[in-house]
Amino acid sequence: MKEVVIDSKGIHYKVLNFMIEDAINAGATKIVLENVNGQRFLLDGVNADVELEVHGTAGDDLAAFMNGPRVTVYGNVQDGVGNTMNRGLVVIHGDGRDIVGHSMRGGKIFVKGDVGYRVGIHMKQYEDNYPVVVAGGTAMDFLGEYMAGGVVLILNIGDAPFTGDWVGTGIHGGVIYVRGDVPEFLLGIGAKATDLEASDKKLIKELAEEYGRYFGVDPKPIYESRFTKIVPISHRPYAKMYTDD
Amino acid sequence: MCGLGGFINKDGKKVDGTAITTMGGMMEARYDERGGGFAAYGIYPNHSDQYALHLLFDDERAREATEEYLKDRVNIVKDECIPTASVKEIAPVHVPWRYFIDVPEDFEAVEADFLVDTVMKINGSIPGAFVISSGKNMGVFKATGLPRNVAALFKISDYKAYAWSVHGRFPTNTQGWWGGAHPFNILDWSVVHNGEISSYGTNKRYLEMHGYECKLRTDTEVVAYLFDLLVRKHGLSAEVACSIMSPPFWKNIDRSDKREYYEALRMTYAPAMLNGPFAIIVNNKDSMIAFNDRIKLRPLIAAELGETTFVASEEAAIREIEPELDRVWAPRAGSPVIARLNNAGGK
Amino acid sequence: MASFPPKFKVLVDKEVCTGCLKCTLQCPFDVHIYDKEGFKASGKDKDERKNFIVRNQENCVACQRCVFTCPVKCIQIEVRPPTYNPHPVWTDAVRRDLKTQSDTGGVLLAAMGNEQPYPSYFDRLVIDACQVTNPSIDPLREPMELRTYLGRKPEKLEFEDNGTSLKTQLAKNLKLETPIMIAHMSYGAISLNAHKSLANAAAEQGTFMGTGEGGLHKDLYHLADSIIVQVASGRFAVHEEYLKTGAAVEIKIGQGAKPGIGGHLPGRKITEPISKTRMIPVGSDALSPAPHHDIYSIEDLSRLIYAIKEATRYKKPVFVKIAAVNNSAPIATGIIRAGADAVVLDGFTAGTGAAPQVIRNNLGIPIEAAIASVDQRLRDEGIRHWGSIIASGSMRSSGDVAKAIALGADAVYIGTASLISLGCTVCKQCFTGKCAWGIATQDPNLTKRLDPEVGARRVSNLIGAWSHELQEILGALGLNSLESLRGNRDRLRGVGLSQTELDVLDVLPAGR
Repeated sequence: MKEVVIDSKGIHYKVLNFMIEDAINAGATKIVLENVNGQRFLLDGVNADVELEVHGTAGDDLAAFMNGPRVTVYGNVQDGVGNTMNRGLVVIHGDGRDIVGHSMRGGKIFVKGDVGYRVGIHMKQYEDNYPVVVAGGTAMDFLGEYMAGGVVLILNIGDAPFTGDWVGTGIHGGVIYVRGDVPEFLLGIGAKATDLEASDKKLIKELAEEYGRYFGVDPKPIYESRFTKIVPISHRPYAKMYTDD
Repeated sequence: MCGLGGFINKDGKKVDGTAITTMGGMMEARYDERGGGFAAYGIYPNHSDQYALHLLFDDERAREATEEYLKDRVNIVKDECIPTASVKEIAPVHVPWRYFIDVPEDFEAVEADFLVDTVMKINGSIPGAFVISSGKNMGVFKATGLPRNVAALFKISDYKAYAWSVHGRFPTNTQGWWGGAHPFNILDWSVVHNGEISSYGTNKRYLEMHGYECKLRTDTEVVAYLFDLLVRKHGLSAEVACSIMSPPFWKNIDRSDKREYYEALRMTYAPAMLNGPFAIIVNNKDSMIAFNDRIKLRPLIAAELGETTFVASEEAAIREIEPELDRVWAPRAGSPVIARLNNAGGK
Repeated sequence: MASFPPKFKVLVDKEVCTGCLKCTLQCPFDVHIYDKEGFKASGKDKDERKNFIVRNQENCVACQRCVFTCPVKCIQIEVRPPTYNPHPVWTDAVRRDLKTQSDTGGVLLAAMGNEQPYPSYFDRLVIDACQVTNPSIDPLREPMELRTYLGRKPEKLEFEDNGTSLKTQLAKNLKLETPIMIAHMSYGAISLNAHKSLANAAAEQGTFMGTGEGGLHKDLYHLADSIIVQVASGRFAVHEEYLKTGAAVEIKIGQGAKPGIGGHLPGRKITEPISKTRMIPVGSDALSPAPHHDIYSIEDLSRLIYAIKEATRYKKPVFVKIAAVNNSAPIATGIIRAGADAVVLDGFTAGTGAAPQVIRNNLGIPIEAAIASVDQRLRDEGIRHWGSIIASGSMRSSGDVAKAIALGADAVYIGTASLISLGCTVCKQCFTGKCAWGIATQDPNLTKRLDPEVGARRVSNLIGAWSHELQEILGALGLNSLESLRGNRDRLRGVGLSQTELDVLDVLPAGR
């Protein structure tokens, strides 16, 4: 294993991403970025067997279009983590912000804390690609908006009443799990809450265990709790909306 | 797309303009060189009882006409050129000037309205003269340029303030010019804004009915006037003003135990609702208010360290000046961040 | 002998026709007449019966009733090619009118709206849309609010208990879940089944339906929370219970199709149930005077407004409807200052069941200009919040509604559009009382053709569809609440309008 450490302080994202590219091309299998603060586009579009460690606050669009690498952030991230990501893993030891996993097609994102608005928006699955977003805290409004595939899991470890409004609005594929209750009035258009089946519980257990491994949390009390499962009412929720249907 | 940031020390402790310049500089990916600016509170302790008018003049004639006009209306205690440095990135197309003025006793009862009227008159009828701020013990500094260059131009590091805001602009709807840069100000209200007020036409016509003139065709202007109308004139709290401008959805009002209260607010102040994507920081002498549009279409991060509250478009902008913070959070849409001076009213 | 050739051709495919006689039963205009005696006398087989139906083409109004009800679809109505020698000034229509008047010596009567080809301002206004700098909003998935309150609002609110509780008392407003209401069309002008359909549709869509001046049938009192009762110059049906039952009261001063003109429902239309509802004897003419004879000036209007408010203990908003005329702006401010909670502006293309054609075609001004000038005048006087503006008169689509609201209207009324939804084909025979679709008639054989449940569903569908479309427009504008479109002329642009017209509408030309 070849490890490269880069002090990112004051380095423009464009320069930093070239330094990362050079390191990968030189055979680095692990890159450690120290003193990151707001640099955008880290590992965007990278298709390599490489591990990235980010220390600090990662900027917008971390791991966008990413296709394979494993990223660990020791800090918070800014908007758009895993935007249209295809493959790989992002583990965030902090909070995620808005549009985590926007249009994500594959790979996994684990956030230790809370996530913001429109998380998992338009996530989709295709053949073997199956995107996963897991957050340990809570989520704000429009969770899983337009979701077309994959899974969003909100562990709500703080046990606060869930308040994210318009959950799964426009959802037409995939599944959202929220630990605890999601009152009916928070459900978005075209979304419904249903009972969990054995396969749901198995999936939640696996993902909670994976979460537990990354963040050193005992997953058992989490996955043994009650979850709400939110799925589409229909795969074509607006079929009656237009006169030609 | 724009970048904005600000902070307030609730104890009124002042810092110079270095930190706010750094904060603004961290968000250069969000804007270009067509408009940058700062608002600073507490910068004129020796003139704290007088209104400080910051003006941009196109030429000497505009300055003379303004001075003529002001002499007839107010008592000019002091006036001077706002000190500037030569910055190669910014052509000195305007002469910045400041007046410290007293409102004549006859108008004391309606002092604020008189001042608003004075500002509207100068901006509306004296060619080449433009008031960019008009509060007490505060000032706005802005120009066409990157915030860091605007900071250098106006020697921002020479001022000490307990509350600062910064804005870098990516203008889309109006051409870049010094007056069109943020912050927008009236009296001691200053507004920096990221996004677009899609309800501008509705808000503008509502304000016009209440005597404000929106001459700039810049959507942000209406926010400053709305705060002045709702908080100063109608006596509403900042919290209520925010829930008028970014109100709860009917769905939630209908099931709220305060249904009547919110229904009355939305009915009465429907034309004051701001629609479209926005994150806004509003300052006045006592407080800093930051809030979002109600479906949160623009980013806003808040943080606290001791008695200082920070807000910015990006967490990195706050971390750059204070890496270790007591608390960092993403405010919910419709839940404004409001930080007030601990001895509000005393400044 | 008629002085002019028939307008329509009635084509029957004899190969297909089965001689079922349905058309002869369906046509109220005596176009399809069965010669029963002739058929009997001929002694022919039943298959030959079709040859004994006479088609009186000159009676045809192209209502399409026979076409739609024919079980084998063998009837087709065509416009006859012009037969007069063409002339650009003395058009066929002009020549027909002249000959009709020469035949009868009468005033030409007309139904539905203005038929003159005036340009439409709605058709010369276009709506903005978002691109990049502000995101459009997905109206299907994200919240999109159309709720509208009609009535007086305070200039500002005051609170007590440290700002937590409301001190200001708000005047009673009407709460609409969509800004589209159903216009006042009287029971008498239209059938009870039509009234039932419209009232149920309004209730279902969370909006309101106007009674018109003919009162409210007892069968509809249970829907009164969705009904605005009208007080017109004839005061038919106006009594204490009626005023207290409706959700709001509307005083009709004038209507767009016939500004300055009263009404006249002939005695033959005053059937038993209409007599009961209007509270006038069966068979007596129902005359609506041109003015209200207790209103000869604005202070008299104020007296009537407050008489109604007192009688209803200030629980009902009072609206005042006027035709859009040159002086709409000062008149409307007068109305609002006189105490009205809303002013209804009815444009010059508004519909009617019967009006003198010369009045309908020549009086009044376009609704767009009236909205723009009234809204601006109320703002100039600082009293825009004192009352709402309701616009009506040929709202053909949700696009028209959106433009009316952007110009400054709070809500609209739809009349003709709702009738078309019920089945009306705009054959313009409302005043004959022979409506083949059971709408503008009291003939029980015709009114039964309109099933009120079907009618309610259709009109509800229409209002629901327009509401969705309004949400689509808002979404494209990056707005998620209708109040941000209201009076937002910044989001309109004019195409092909003169500078003066742009100034009146207070919109910029496209490209600026």
